[in-house]
This record gives sequence, structure tokens and C-alpha cells, in this order.
Amino acid sequence: MESISGRSNGGRPTGGQPTGESPGSLGSRTFDSRTFSRRWVLGAGATTLLTTGLTACGSGDGSGGGSSTITAMVYGDDAVKVQTAAVDRFNKSAASKSAKGKVKLEKVPGSDYSAKLRTAMGSPSAPDVFFNWGGGSIKAYQEANQLIDLTDTIADDPVLKSGFLPSVLAAGGLGGRNYGIPMRGMQPVILFYNKSVFAEHKLQPPTTWAELQDINAKLKAARITPFALGGADTWTELMWLEYLVDRIGGPEVFAKIQGGDASAWGDPAVLKAAETVKELIDDGAFGSKFSSVSYVNGGAPAVFAKGKAAMHLMGSWEYSTQLGKFPSFAKNNLGWCAFPTVEGGTGDIRNVVGNPTNYWSVNARTQNKDAAIAFLKDCASETYAKALVANGDIPTTANAAKLLEASPNPEFATFQYEMVEKAPAFTLSWDQALGADIATPMLTEINKLFVGKSSPSQFVSALKELK
Amino acid sequence: MPGVLFFAFFAVVPMVLAFYLSFTSWDGLGDPQPVGLDNWRKLVNDDRMVQSLWLTVLLTAASWVFQTVIALLLGVWAAGRQRNRAVLSAIFFVPFLLSSTAIALLFYALLDPNFGIIQENILGSSSGAFLAIVFVGGWQFIPFHTLIYQGGARQIPEVLYQAAAIDGAGRYRQFFSITLPQLRHTVTTSTVLLVVGSLTYFETVLILTKGGPGTDTAILPYLMYEAGFKSYDFGYASAIASFLVVAATGLSLILVRLTGFGSMRSTREGM
Repeated sequence: MESISGRSNGGRPTGGQPTGESPGSLGSRTFDSRTFSRRWVLGAGATTLLTTGLTACGSGDGSGGGSSTITAMVYGDDAVKVQTAAVDRFNKSAASKSAKGKVKLEKVPGSDYSAKLRTAMGSPSAPDVFFNWGGGSIKAYQEANQLIDLTDTIADDPVLKSGFLPSVLAAGGLGGRNYGIPMRGMQPVILFYNKSVFAEHKLQPPTTWAELQDINAKLKAARITPFALGGADTWTELMWLEYLVDRIGGPEVFAKIQGGDASAWGDPAVLKAAETVKELIDDGAFGSKFSSVSYVNGGAPAVFAKGKAAMHLMGSWEYSTQLGKFPSFAKNNLGWCAFPTVEGGTGDIRNVVGNPTNYWSVNARTQNKDAAIAFLKDCASETYAKALVANGDIPTTANAAKLLEASPNPEFATFQYEMVEKAPAFTLSWDQALGADIATPMLTEINKLFVGKSSPSQFVSALKELK
Repeated sequence: MPGVLFFAFFAVVPMVLAFYLSFTSWDGLGDPQPVGLDNWRKLVNDDRMVQSLWLTVLLTAASWVFQTVIALLLGVWAAGRQRNRAVLSAIFFVPFLLSSTAIALLFYALLDPNFGIIQENILGSSSGAFLAIVFVGGWQFIPFHTLIYQGGARQIPEVLYQAAAIDGAGRYRQFFSITLPQLRHTVTTSTVLLVVGSLTYFETVLILTKGGPGTDTAILPYLMYEAGFKSYDFGYASAIASFLVVAATGLSLILVRLTGFGSMRSTREGM
């Protein structure tokens, strides 16, 4: 389960379990009275909220002397081996020596990551460098002046400046300033289909909504659920709305919402997308049990791989998930295509939604900024990109295209890379683009729409209230 | 004395701090900003809070009925001295020894709509999800309450039954006229524990339903978790937490008062 949940979560923290573990020792920094009291409030308040308690964690030991060790907090799934190797490489490198610092990696199990990062960042023993999703996921830290602005660092450094796809680099920032360096593979959302089911029923991947409805009708006649959907994890449902709103109203609709205009939820495209979702549900496009099927525990991928469902709208990690669980299906019968256009809609079929990638950001309170920046530069190196490719990921580095031949599945890797490279617009997953204070109630409203607890118009008016 | 210190440090201090946080706005970063009664006003006007409160009451009531009836009968049965009863009681007690998380994960797997033993859309339907939570909670805690009733039933003097038998009372008459009245205080104890337990019931909801479908199983502790550790609105989460502390304390006091437990009247008057 760990590998699946790790990959699948890639980018989206789902329900975190409040385990009371506290990795690492407490920092050896001295507490001044202010931090001490805050630490108290933090530790004690959290203990009341959860009987299990949640200890301020982290292990930033800023020991004096010639060199110091900085900590890097990272989402601890399968892909973390790339970062582990990068840390080992960096600690032995000349760059580490000249910056007088080594890096210590702190892996946090997937579903706990966001909450743990938040508590750590509010404590005196915060990490120096940390994994994030860019956009809304770092907004609170930026507003609290806890991030180092990397804009000038990137502009002055040829390696960083030309090392990454510009759109991806930009998505790691806020308000035109850069706060993150891309450090993992790209994660666009793709419409996957089961090739053997499609062949058996003589179907072609849909490019328009009418074709999709035609396919649905044929599949239902053959008693096959058109789409697998792990509705117990709300972020899987979110993907449908993200693509529908893009295809109906174009990427500008969500861009406005992301810019802080809650009234933009009132755009007709959002209502139309919600109505389309309702039609799909009423039509049985997701089957009758989707609301208790989970993605994270492998339910939806299994339904899809076994041919009970013909298609699956999912992040690119679906490939490695299937490769882990159903290798022969992944290698022989897994097909992929772009999300179809909607008749009358303005969105380009080449537009992509999903997570451009993950980023490293630097804590403004770090004691060794030089070491942190030197470590981040490693992400632009060819060695790092090759390690990502070997792991089945598609790097967002400028040099990625020529490395893809070495991927476990070059055909899929190339499709994915070109999909992102040629996309006129890449909309960041809504839950990551908006801050947690808005994303959390938004996901709740989406789930209510999918389980029939609110109508499309109720859905829209609830979203307009989110500020 | 160590007990008092322990309680003060791990219960009273956090409670006071949560109460303080409920008058602030705090997202976990920087210092909490005082906002007066904002969080409490939001608490009173929040539609989700109303739903959540109602669900919590419903869950508490359903759990009480389910657990008390079964635990009472099992406990009285287990109070007998027969050897097979001792063995079976030991087996019945096993669920209580497992961690809530393990139990919830187990049932989550069993209820999977495609690969579980009951392949229905249970956790995806409002009533199904609610009943699943009541059932799983019962499965876990009935053994504990059974133990309480077993102890209580064993305390009942044998002479009462002997006298009743002489008077010609049958098994059911003995149960309703002797066992039940004699277990009055035991019922109170078990009820207080059960009610307070239901008010703070959390892991099972998180793992089984995450408050869903929609918000239909988002009981108060889950709402608090969501506000604190999903939305990072620790001020509002603390307001919910403070409300829960007050409600739980108030409810247990009322229960004790209503049932006359506080006045400590003997249940064996005339013995």
C-alpha cells in the first residue's frame, strides 16, 4: 500500500493520519523566550486538538564551527530515492565543501506531509529546505516571510536560469517571484484507457465530448463501467472538474479564481462543468459504487486494470502504479490520450491540468543559505535528471527530451513530455493552487456534488462563498 | 502528587491554551493574532457545525443503544461461573485489545466495494457510512462495557436470586426485577464512559469515511481535525475543541445528577 499511496498522493495530500510520532530529535538551538512560548502553544494546543498529540518536529542542528548541516524535509514515497542519492552526492561534492555545509534528508510519510511541514515550520526546529507543490501550497509561508525569494538567484545563475522549462519554473512561484526549484517529475492528468477493452468493443479514444458519450453508451450496453473513479479520495473527483472547466471556459476561468476572485466561481463554465459531472453520474458513467472506491488503497486502479472499467482519468503516476500492481497490463494494455474537447467550449485540447512538478523551497531562517542554494543547483544537473528518468519520471529540466530514451517506457515518457511542453496552458491542480483554507472546503463541496448532496447550482453558490 | 502534575501538564495546560487560541487567528506560522469572539461567532453561525452537532448526538445515541444492550446482556451472561463462559468471555475481549487504527483499517478493507466481503456501496452512502461507524465502534468497545457489566453482575448478592426463586420468579422476572435495578450504577458508569467516548470518537471516522460522503459523517472531532490540520485554522479548531470539552463535561455531570449516582444511595437498601 505504501508504494501506491506514495505515488498516487504525488502532489496531493489526502486525509492525513494524525500519528503522534516525532521523527528526529529536538533541535539544539537555544530557545529565546518568544520561541519558547510559541513552542508551548504549538505543542500544547495540538495535544488538545488531537489526543494523540503532535510534537513539534525537525532536527535542525545548527552546530557552530567550520561546517553546518542543513535539513531538507521531503515527501517520503518511492520517488524519494532520487533525492536520497542527490543528498549523498552533494555531501561528497566540492560544492558542499565550499559552501561549508552538508544536507540531511528528513523523509515524512506521504499522507502526513503537509500537516507535519506546517507544524515544523511554526517551530524553532524548522527544516532549511522543504518539498512543496508551489502555488497555494507555499502561500502561507510566503505571507509569513518564511521563504527566501529565489528570483535573483535564478536570474544570476546560468545553470538555474536555463535549466528548467520556463512554465514549470514559474509555477513554483507566487506573484511573479520565484520561490521554488523543480525537483521531481511532471505530473499532468491524463485520460488512460484499457486497450484490450477498447479493441474488443471496437472503440477509439475520444477527442470530443460527443465521441465520449457514444463510447459510454456502447460500454454500458456491454455492462462495462465507462470510467474508474476512486471517489473516496475527493481529489480524484476534482480532476474531472479541472478538465471540464478548462475545456468549456478555457484556462482563464480558474486563473481568475486563483488570483483571488471568488466571484469567478460564478462563471457559466463552472456551472456547465458541474452539470456535465451530474449528467455523467446520473448516466452511470462511474458505476454505482464509485463513492466508496478509493484510489489510494489500489481499488480504482484494480477495477481499471481488470477491465471492469474502461477508462481512468488520473495523474501520470497511474503508469507507475499499474506497473507496480499489474505489470503486464501496464506494459501491454494501458493506453493514454488527452482529455476530449467539449462542443461549444473554448478550451484547447492541448491544455493540461495537474501538477507541473514538486519544488524545493528555502526557509528564510536557514543558517546556511549558500549550502541550501548549492544543493538546489544539483536538481538542474544531468545526473539528477537521469536518476528521475530511471525512476520512470519525466524531468522538467530543459535537457529532458534527449534523456527519455532511457525511460522504462519511452513512448509514454515522450507523450507526457510533449504534452506538457506543447501545452498552451498548464493549470495547477486547484487544491494546490489555492491555499489550504479555501482548498479544504472546496474539496468538501466537490465531494457533495459527486455524491448528490448538492445540485450543480448549489455547488456554484457554495463555492462563491469561499474566501 | 505525580498524578496531579501529570494531569496538569498534559490535560489542564493544553486545555487552557486551546481556550486561549480560540480567541485568536493562527495558521500555525508566526504568532497567534487576537480576534476576540470571531471564532465563537463563526461556531454559532456555521451550518456545518449544526450538522456536525446533530451527527454527534445521533452517533452517541445510536452507539449507546447498540453497545449498552449487547454489553449488558453479554456481561450478565458472562457473570456466570461456568468454565465455557470464562473462555468465551476471554475471546470476546480480544477486539478491545486492538488499536482503533488497526480495527478501522481492517473494516475499511472488509467493506471495500470491489474486493471486500460485502461488495456494496456502504461507505459511499450516508446511512451506510454512519451505520458502519456505529458498528465498528461497537465491535471495538462492547467488550470493554461487557467487562464492566460482568463485574457489576457478579456483585449482586446471590441471596436476592434465591429469595426470588422461592417466591416463584422465573428467569426473565429475576432479570428485570433484580439484575437490572441492581446494575443501575453500572449502567451510569458505562453510559458516562460511552457518551464521553462517542464525543471524542475520531480515528475510525478519519479512516473509514473522512467525514464523507459529502459531510454526512463529519462529527465534531472530525470537524475540529479538518479545521486544524487541513485548513490550518487553529483558532477555529480550538473553539470547536473548547466547545467539546464543555459539552462533554456538562453532559457527564448531567448524567451523574439525573441518575442519582452522585448521591451514592445504596442499591442494596434493606440488606
